[in-house]
Parts: sequence; C-alpha cells; structure tokens
Amino acid sequence: MKIIVLIKQVPETTDVRIDPETNTLIREGVDSIINPFDMYAIEEALRVKERLEGAKVVVISMGPPQAVDALKEALSMGCDEAVLLSDRKFAGSDTWATSYTLAQAIKKIGDYRLIFCGKQASDGDTAQVGPGVSTHLDIPQVTYVKHIEQIDTHAAKVERMTEEGYDIIETPLPAVLTVVKEINEPRLPSLKGKMRAKKAEIPVWGAGDISCDEDKIGLDGSPTRVVKIFTPPPREGGRILTGEPDEVAKELAGLIKDIVTG
Amino acid sequence: MDYLLTEEQQMIKDLCHRIAEEKIKPVAAEYDESGEFPWPIMKIFAESDICGIYIPEKYGGMGGGILELAIATEELCWGCGGISLAFAATGLGTFPILLYGNEEQKAKYLPEVASGRKLAAFALTEAEAGSDAGSIKTTAKKDGDSYILNGTKQWITNGGEAEIYTVVAMTNKAKGARGASAFIVDKDTPGLSFGKKENKMGIRGSATREVIFTDCRVPKENLLGKEGLGFIVAMKTFDSSRPGVAAQALGIAQRALDESVKYAHERRQFGTSISSFQAIQFMLADMAIQVEASRALIYSAARMIDSGAKNIAKVSAMSKTFASDTAMKVTTDAVQIFGGYGYMKEYPVEKLMRDAKITQIYEGTNQIQRGVIASALIKEALAK
Ligand SMILES: Cc1cc2nc3c(=O)[nH]c(=O)nc-3n(C[C@H](O)[C@H](O)[C@H](O)COP(=O)(O)OP(=O)(O)OC[C@H]3O[C@@H](n4cnc5c(N)ncnc54)[C@H](O)[C@@H]3O)c2cc1C
Ligand SMILES: Cc1cc2nc3c(=O)[nH]c(=O)nc-3n(C[C@H](O)[C@H](O)[C@H](O)COP(=O)(O)OP(=O)(O)OC[C@H]3O[C@@H](n4cnc5c(N)ncnc54)[C@H](O)[C@@H]3O)c2cc1C
Repeated sequence: MKIIVLIKQVPETTDVRIDPETNTLIREGVDSIINPFDMYAIEEALRVKERLEGAKVVVISMGPPQAVDALKEALSMGCDEAVLLSDRKFAGSDTWATSYTLAQAIKKIGDYRLIFCGKQASDGDTAQVGPGVSTHLDIPQVTYVKHIEQIDTHAAKVERMTEEGYDIIETPLPAVLTVVKEINEPRLPSLKGKMRAKKAEIPVWGAGDISCDEDKIGLDGSPTRVVKIFTPPPREGGRILTGEPDEVAKELAGLIKDIVTG
Repeated sequence: MDYLLTEEQQMIKDLCHRIAEEKIKPVAAEYDESGEFPWPIMKIFAESDICGIYIPEKYGGMGGGILELAIATEELCWGCGGISLAFAATGLGTFPILLYGNEEQKAKYLPEVASGRKLAAFALTEAEAGSDAGSIKTTAKKDGDSYILNGTKQWITNGGEAEIYTVVAMTNKAKGARGASAFIVDKDTPGLSFGKKENKMGIRGSATREVIFTDCRVPKENLLGKEGLGFIVAMKTFDSSRPGVAAQALGIAQRALDESVKYAHERRQFGTSISSFQAIQFMLADMAIQVEASRALIYSAARMIDSGAKNIAKVSAMSKTFASDTAMKVTTDAVQIFGGYGYMKEYPVEKLMRDAKITQIYEGTNQIQRGVIASALIKEALAK
C-alpha cells in the first residue's frame, strides 16, 4: 500500500520575480527549497504511515533535474521512495497538464491509498494541482485538511479548515488530501536518513515512462494562456456594485477585463 | 577556516546547527527562565539520530568519535548551552561504559543511549569531595552477588532525568585512591533516590541534582572493569569528555561573537554604527581570534584522541581550559559591546555569560586542569 506525496521545488523567497518577456518565474540566483506547505504533506504522510501497517511513502516531484534535491530532503526525513518526473516534453505545463502528468505517474506506481499535496505552492499559488490530480484519477479530494481524525485503509475522517471554523468530512480511500500548516509540525531530517538519501539513486521518469498522451502534456497540453502577471495593488476600501444582477455582472466583467488588459 | 571535515562530519555539523537554529534557539530563554527539563528537545535529538554519534555502529550508533561528538556539541550549544548539556552529560555518563564496559554491559546499555531512549549521568562529586575526588565517602559493600551502595552524590547533571547512572564509590577505604570502583546503576533500582534540584546561575535548562543511595543493591554484573579501578575510570572518562566541555564553551563563545557582530553593525551612536569604532572592531577581532583558536585546539585534541594516542590527558585538559577561558572572556566582551542592552534579559548575551562560567568549573576546575597539564609537562621532561 502506497501513500503518495507530491512536492514542488520552489524558490526560497516570498518575493517571486517574473520575467516580463516570457511571463515565467525567474529562478536564477535563488536557492530552492521544498514548497513549505509540502513539508506538512510529507510529515502527515509519515505520520499516517505509522498508523497504517505496511504502508510505504513515495514522494514525487515534477520539475527540472535539480528537483532531485527536494526529493533527497524528503528521503532524509524518512520517505521510503522518490521519483522525479523530468523531461523537456513536460516544459511549459500549466496546472492542468502538471496534474495530468502527476496522475499518470501515480497510476504507474499503483496501489495508492492516499495522495498528499500542500495547500498551494508558494510561487505558483494556484492551489489547483491537488484537485487536478484527483480529477484525473477520478477519486475524491479534500482540500485544506487540518487534522486527520480517523484513518484506516478504506476511509478517512478529516477536518477541513474553513474561514469560520472547520468541516468534518468522511471520504472513502483512495483520495487526495491537500494540507494546511495547522495540521502538524514537520520533523527535521535524521542523520541516518541524510546518509541514506545521499546514496539513494532516484529514478527519473520521462514522458515515455508513464504512458501519457503526448498532446496532454507540456505546452501543447496546457490550455491556460497567461496574458499578464502583476502584483495587485494593496487592497483599498473596495467598491460595491449595486443594481440588477445582470448589469452588475456585466459591469464587473468589464472591470476585470480592464485590469487584465489595461 | 577549513578543518577538512569529512562529508559525514559536515552533515553532522549542518544538521546540528539546523536543530540549534530552528528548535533550540527559539525556546532557550523560556527554559532559562523556568529551569524545566527540555524533554521535547531530547525527543528531537533522538529522532535526528544525534544521540548515537559517538557510539559504535554495532550498538546502534553512528560510529563517530570525539571529533564528531565535539562538532555536534559545539553546534547544539550555539543554540543553548543549558538545554544541550543533557546531550553532552549523557556522553559523560556513557564514556565509562564505552571505555570499561564488558560486552554484556555495552550490549545492554549503549543501544539505549544511541537511540535516545535513555539519558545517562556521571556521579562522582560529593559535598566534601569536589576537586579532591579522592575523598568521596559513598561506599559500595560487597554482599553476595551484589554491592550495596550508600552515600550522597551532589550536583549531578541529568540527575533524576537520566535512566543510567555511572557512579564512583569506595569498595575498600583502606586502599585510598585504589579502593574506589565504578558501577552502572539503573534509575529504578530500589534505594536510589533524588534530592533537591539546584537553582543555578546559568545552564538553567539543565538538571543538576543530588543522587542519593540508601542501601541501594546493585548486581555485581554492573561493576565496571575491576574493583579498585574507580578513579582510573573517572580520569580516563574525563580525558575523553573534556573536549566536549570545551566544545560546549566554543558553541557559547561562537554565538556571543555572532550576536556581537550583528549588534555592532545595527546599533547606531554618534550618527554611525558602533562597528565603525576601532575600539569595537578590535574587540570583535580579538573575540574571533580566540574562538577560532579554541576550535583549532579542540579539533586537534579530538583527532588525537580518536587516533588512539595514549597520552591524551594534557591536550584534553588544554582544550577544556583554553576554550572555557575563551568563552568567559568572549561572552563578557559581548555584554560590553551590547552596552546596557547586554545586561538585560531581553537580549541574548547576558545568558551566554552566565552559561559560559560553568565551563571553567566542572569536569575539573581550570586550576585542576593546569595542574594536569603541568604534571604532564614535568613527566615528559623527566622522561627525556
Ligand atoms: C501557461 C503556463 C505555462 C507554464 N509554464 C511553466 C514553465 O515553463 N516552467 C515552469 O516551471 N512552470 C510553468 N508554469 C507553472 C506551472 O504550471 C505551475 O507551477 C504548476 O502547475 C504548479 O502550480 P502551482 O505552482 O500553482 O501549484 P499549486 O497548485 O498551488 O500546488 C499545490 C500542490 O500541488 C503539488 N504540486 C504542484 N506542482 C507540483 C509539481 N511540479 N510536482 C509535484 N507536485 C506538485 C504540491 O503538493 C503543491 O503543494 C506554467 C504555468 C502556466 C499557466
Ligand atoms: C552545574 C554543575 C554541574 C555539575 N555536574 C556534575 C556531574 O554531572 N557529575 C559530577 O560528578 N560532578 C558534577 N559537578 C561537580 C563539579 O565537577 C565540581 O563542582 C568541580 O569539580 C569543583 O569542585 P568543587 O565545586 O567542590 O570546588 P572545590 O574543589 O572546593 O574548589 C574550590 C576552588 O579551589 C580551587 N582548588 C581546589 N583544589 C585546588 C588545588 N589542588 N590547586 C589549586 N586550586 C584548587 C578550585 O579550582 C576552585 O577555584 C557539577 C557542578 C556544577 C556546578
């Protein structure tokens, strides 16, 4: 039985710089770390492993070759296996293509009961990959999980954080859970784990290894078009639009269009 | 300075620094204030495999030596010299078993220490026997297949918290220094109890307590080495453990230096940063020289011990004396650089000064160390 953790390597900074030409992240000159939320996902997977006999934790990352460092850190914390998805053909993937690719890799690994993701990535910030993976695998998802109350190999009862408090949700397994930082305190790596990780050979899977539809991956498989990326100005008082719903909706759409294209 | 550490040693250094930075530093002031025992941090040490660094792999450890232990101690004590003492003092309590334990004793106790499941303590000092350890009054009387211990040990680090106690007691008073023996005593042995917990100047996150033996029956299997070896066990233990005290002092001193450089840069007086004053610059430079010299001496002593060299008492004592005197000097200067703020508990340096002081006192005061060094010098001269 496998517990899968999806981790993303992100730049170690909160002020992400975007290349205005290509609308992609500038990664040069910044150290990379595991997406902070994914540390909680790793920790929770390791804790669930202790509760479910015979479970193994497999950690997957899709990214450039250096994402192997993130995977090694996960191994040094106690994850059992790691897989890197890396291929030029994956370049330019949006969240849809990323989740498709990850889902295909998860199918290849097989025997999965739980898939842990962070709530969102500190750079991309969309919070879409977890739900995307659950859609591609056609299994349930619970987002913003802050506590796992009960778990066995068939079902889990979890608390899902909301703005007002939390929902209690029961889900059959397999399922995708995305976690918030309230869920636990991630452990540090251990010395033995670090030594094991140093020696570990992490398999790298390309498009050819995961039986995927070539027009569903990479730039070609990505329906999203990034028109413009900008930092929104700090929130001011806001505006309340009043009137008939139809008109208000139109006015709102116009305002959004102005912001995006203006 | 590059000390040509192996990849493994560097890994230990990095991990211990990370534990110090992320887990110890944020809670150090709290434990300093409350004087509680830092069990949550002990759990982190255990989970990180830190506890077995100096224990052979055969017994579940990492197979490192005094150098690995010193590197870890230095980094952990950078976070807090009090909290991390539980780790170093466990080393002190474990060395007698490492050095003089038989196979059964090692197999029974070392894996427990290596895994972090149990802490250890070393009990020699008594109210009337400090530097003059030879005048201890605790007795161990042979009775069939066991020894019966009676007496009170004072100021025992990890007292009451540790599960394993290595104890020096007199088995034959008539023989004087040759009449002492060392024993391993489990915490749950009937007749073993604990007295008052001391309220200390520094290293307040460590437990210092009386360990009391009242007709405490210890099986003869727990005798370390042979009867009469008690003080030899103690002296050889100190030879191995003193670089650890030195490393504790070094960690504290390095922290004082780091805090001072940062503060001197930030603090502005007379319209400029105080680090632009030569008086401050020279102080920082002198602190850095001494800290680096301590490190070089400690690492050299540790490497010499790990190489299996025989006459290590002198270098071991030198490293402890130099590093602890340095820590006292450097932390005092750190308070000076911080000025009035340095005297306040909201800032970290007054604690460093309080924590540094003990390193000149325990495991043999620096006066006693100088005695050890001088007698080695004289012995060497006479042997020529
Ligand atoms: C049109 C378009 C083109 C893009 N082109 C590129 C490009 O060329 N290069 C590039 O680097 N990025 C590119 N991106 C960004 C990339 O698609 C996203 O970074 C990625 O899909 C993850 O989305 P997110 O960062 O919002 O993660 P979120 O959805 O916020 O992440 C949620 C969780 O999903 C998991 N997760 C997310 N990403 C991964 C991953 N890669 N591996 C494993 N688990 C993961 C983690 O558990 C994470 O906590 C592009 C995006 C778009 C829209
Ligand atoms: C916080 C703390 C933790 C401790 N932990 C432990 C522990 O875990 N296990 C343990 O067994 N002990 C422990 N000790 C005891 C410690 O090792 C002794 O305090 C130390 O050996 C000094 O003994 P003393 O305090 O009796 O000082 P004394 O021996 O009374 O010394 C007083 C002064 O006289 C000087 N002096 C003494 N004899 C000479 C001499 N011959 N020549 C020159 N000067 C001399 C000393 O240097 C000192 O300045 C601890 C002590 C403290 C304070």
